Amino acid sequence: MSRVRADEEEYWHSSKFRAFTFDDEDDELSQLKESKRAVNSLRDIVDDDDDDDLERVSWSGEPVGSISWSIKETASGSTGSLDGRDSSLQKGPSSYAALPKQASSYSLSSLFKGRNKLSSFQSLSDALTDTGIKNYAPELRRPKAEYKICSLERFRSLQDKLLLLDEAVAGHDGNVITAVLIFLKRTLRREILFRELEVRQVALCHLIHFLREMGEQKFLLDLLRFLDRTEEVALSQYREHLNIQDVEKRREFLKGCIGLPFSAEDTSHIQDHYTLLERQIIIEANDRHLEMAGQSELFRKYPRKASILNMPLVTTLFYSCFYHYTEAEGMFSSPTNLKKTFKIPDKQYVLTALAARAKLRAWGDVDALLTTKNWLGYTKKKAPIGFHRVVEILQRNNAPVQVLQEYVRLVEDVETRLNLASKYKCHDVVIETYRDLKDRVQLTAYKCKVERGSAEEEKIQSILSNMQIRWKN
Amino acid sequence: MSPLDRIANVSILKQHDVDKLYKVETRPGPGASDQFCFLVRPRVRTMRFIADIVNADKMSGRSRKYKIIFSPQKFYACEMVLEEEGVFGDVTCDEWSFYLLPLDEDIISMELPEFFRDYFLEGDHRWINPIARALQLLNSLYGPFGKTYGIGRCAKMSYELWRDLEEENESEGQGRKPEIGHVFLTDRDMDYVTALCSQVVYEGIVDDTFRIKCGSVDFGPDVTSSDKSIKVLLNSQDKVFSQIRNEHFSSVFGLLSQKSRNLQAQYDRRRGMDIKQMKDFVSQELKGLKQEHRLLSLHIGACEFIMKKKTKQDFQETIKAEHSLLEGFDIRESTSFIEEHIDRQVRPWGCSLLQLTHPAPADPCSPQVSPIESLRLMCLLSITENGLIPKDYRSLKTQYLQSYGPEHLLTFHNLKRIGLLTEQSAGETLTAVESKVSKLVTDRAAGKITDAFNSLARKSNFRAISKKLGLIPRLDGEYDLKMPRDMAYVFGGAYMPLSCKIIEQVLERRGWQGLEEVVRLLNGNEFSASGSAGGLGALGLAAGTSYSALPYPDSTVEDNPAWESQRVVLAVFLGGCTFSEIAALRFLGKERGGKGKGRAQVGARGSWRCSQAVLSNQHQLSRGEGVSRHTAILGSGRGRGWECQCYPTALLGH
Repeated sequence: MSRVRADEEEYWHSSKFRAFTFDDEDDELSQLKESKRAVNSLRDIVDDDDDDDLERVSWSGEPVGSISWSIKETASGSTGSLDGRDSSLQKGPSSYAALPKQASSYSLSSLFKGRNKLSSFQSLSDALTDTGIKNYAPELRRPKAEYKICSLERFRSLQDKLLLLDEAVAGHDGNVITAVLIFLKRTLRREILFRELEVRQVALCHLIHFLREMGEQKFLLDLLRFLDRTEEVALSQYREHLNIQDVEKRREFLKGCIGLPFSAEDTSHIQDHYTLLERQIIIEANDRHLEMAGQSELFRKYPRKASILNMPLVTTLFYSCFYHYTEAEGMFSSPTNLKKTFKIPDKQYVLTALAARAKLRAWGDVDALLTTKNWLGYTKKKAPIGFHRVVEILQRNNAPVQVLQEYVRLVEDVETRLNLASKYKCHDVVIETYRDLKDRVQLTAYKCKVERGSAEEEKIQSILSNMQIRWKN
Repeated sequence: MSPLDRIANVSILKQHDVDKLYKVETRPGPGASDQFCFLVRPRVRTMRFIADIVNADKMSGRSRKYKIIFSPQKFYACEMVLEEEGVFGDVTCDEWSFYLLPLDEDIISMELPEFFRDYFLEGDHRWINPIARALQLLNSLYGPFGKTYGIGRCAKMSYELWRDLEEENESEGQGRKPEIGHVFLTDRDMDYVTALCSQVVYEGIVDDTFRIKCGSVDFGPDVTSSDKSIKVLLNSQDKVFSQIRNEHFSSVFGLLSQKSRNLQAQYDRRRGMDIKQMKDFVSQELKGLKQEHRLLSLHIGACEFIMKKKTKQDFQETIKAEHSLLEGFDIRESTSFIEEHIDRQVRPWGCSLLQLTHPAPADPCSPQVSPIESLRLMCLLSITENGLIPKDYRSLKTQYLQSYGPEHLLTFHNLKRIGLLTEQSAGETLTAVESKVSKLVTDRAAGKITDAFNSLARKSNFRAISKKLGLIPRLDGEYDLKMPRDMAYVFGGAYMPLSCKIIEQVLERRGWQGLEEVVRLLNGNEFSASGSAGGLGALGLAAGTSYSALPYPDSTVEDNPAWESQRVVLAVFLGGCTFSEIAALRFLGKERGGKGKGRAQVGARGSWRCSQAVLSNQHQLSRGEGVSRHTAILGSGRGRGWECQCYPTALLGH
């Protein structure tokens, strides 16, 4: 591998190879010859074409929408142009000559694809090994793909156009469908096109996708409005904010989005999005200033390496719990303000604040966060997320055992508590739990796990010798 | 690894006088060569990029030759863009009809990353033609297919288009001995559930963890226990991998340690050798042993990494929640698990922020949990439950947007449109109304109505289908993952992949008889046809004469030995498939292959996977910058799927 890489390295920087030229097979003379051949063979096809299964007949007597019909149209067009025009013949789409080998009367796609070319590899395993490569490689140097499209210009009546479209859809080739739609889009008034597409769902999907890819937003919105897909109109417009890099402009844009016809639920999400960005801009400006001034110890100690702009709400909350925890509610950057404004659920808030304060090793804040006072003034520990989760977060931030064990003790489920306690070496909790369980056997066993001569061992000893406890074993 | 790397590496391009390589979207330097050749996918964005280069050259008076090679085919819209940008005559275009990339002995991929999104989300049929051509190619390489089955709209359309192509173009495969007995085409949307489950077979879990691209994986420094990453080709030629790829992850450790013991024993043999033996040993065996040693330590490293990561992510609980969803128990509990899962992402997000404020933690296992994981679980909940209760939908969505960013509003909209994450609606009965109404109005208007009822028509009916097909194995005692008794082992014995079960059933029944109810629940569009271009006069006749000696297995020749040649089954997943599904099909092939002749043999099949790719598609849905890989997947095989498993065993015996 490494040898190959070195090879590549060198290759990317060196330039001593002589490139092949495309010219070989591609000069204008050969182009001309080829078109002539195309047109000639075209006539053959048209001439002995007699097995049309389509009953619709056009003014020329050929069944409308059939390939032979369109080929004939094209043929006459391009024969005329052969002498009239010059060698740009192959290039303009209007002079495309269709030459599918053995075109069947109902496969439009054959007009768009040349003769099917099969690679010559023999078997799967051949292709897996080196020989496969050799078989593929010549493809790169193939003269040119025989890829032609018949001119659609001759489909002028609405009926013809629609037949053409229906044929294309029936052929299951999306490329053809899109090609026909591009033609219809160019040659029909919007309202008429929209009206007809409304009852042709497959074609409609193709047009919408095409418009999205091309970025023809205005046309797309017109179409969606015509179809009464108001929610999609709103979403399509909202989507554009992703392309706006400048935050101020983005904010302005989002403000405009609030009035769009979203569902009631989504409207509030959009409103929140706008408010969030607005806040972030304020916070960002403020904090950048603070950081530059270098007076805030917090920013000096934990310099910001990323901007808070365009971050999700929870990340913003984390940020504000990290840098602005103690601020009064009136400040935009204070966590409580964020919580109120965005109606952040208690659970989410506690989880985030906990993670932020633990990261700063502000154990006092952690304690306060989980302490509630009842009306009598008694304090009680409460965690909306479950104390095992609290322990997990604290542990991840390397909380000292003293801090950790306080919360391990509060884990309700005995088994989980024991698990966590022994995992994080909160000996006191383990000992007390066994004592409460009156499990002498386990407690005795645990004695071997604590350090000899330590306070814990002493504690176990004293409990074991306590005559008042009625052990269950 | 990109598909191009698999077939033409740098030195081959060099041999063909390619001077320098650039990735599209990086501008070549001004002094670059006089000829540019763009090997590109047919995308509008890329066309604009090329046009910009050409126009910039024109402005600066620089003359060059430009050639665009489209792979796998050229689209009209692309040429239109070139025309619009005024560079149409300045560039020449070519097509490289690159349809099939063989990734392994039994896996072929079409490597069409755009397929899933383009077809299932946008409803664009542009990739159906390449699929039909790929079928045509396979048909010409392996001789006419015996019998073709399929389910799904795209499968049906691809089949029809392929048939048209065959009819137009008398295939060069005529006269060849047919090597593929059955072809089964299935749309990905027939079975999203399987793609949404966490994978637990080794190859699947490696893919979920490291991402397998074009059959190759990048093992980072944490796995290689050195300071650089190693690219490893994962296929049946890797003697270690081929033995563990299809195993449930829990059995992998045992196999690996057994393998290392064996290896040790082989090394140890050199003790007590005389000079001549030693010489033979060094010249013949040592290289192989060293190679095996290297592979072994890589896979052990990978396992360790996976274990560490999965433990951190509460994998056990995730799996438990998934299983409850599949079985339909404790839905409330699973819903709150998902809620917590979203909330818990606080941690990684917080981390990612802090990684920016503090030095990155040394712990390789603080993974950047992607926003996809929670989304995946939500989708699984929605699909198995036929949509979320409105209250849950709103609250999960709100929490998700708060955790991962409001712009995911677009993601949710796309997921709803595609039917992966929906809200149960009050008017369940509307479907009945719909069918009544559509009978009353003309076809055209019916299309419109169907569209209006679209969200309802896309019901997944998973629960009913699962019951009908017995996808959840009844548990009597422990499920022995080491000696699996059915395909359910790929999901720890809890669930049989729906897609594979359908394939099994249809092959067993030789068609769709008796599966009417399942088909109805899956929304129909099933078909079966015998013969390569079944029912087509001229070709049918030709086929008849060419193969008079080889009766098709659709008649009464069940026990005819000729049937042997029809063992290979080609399973085509339109929209991608997972390694779990591949493993399940390999299992099926092995099992059926061993049970005497005459039965449907799934010799091999394959595909490529995308449980996460399906999702990452989803995730990218909102932005339209789908970086996701392959999707339209063609599996095929040569009946060697199971042989490759025996091979290493034989080696061990030595």
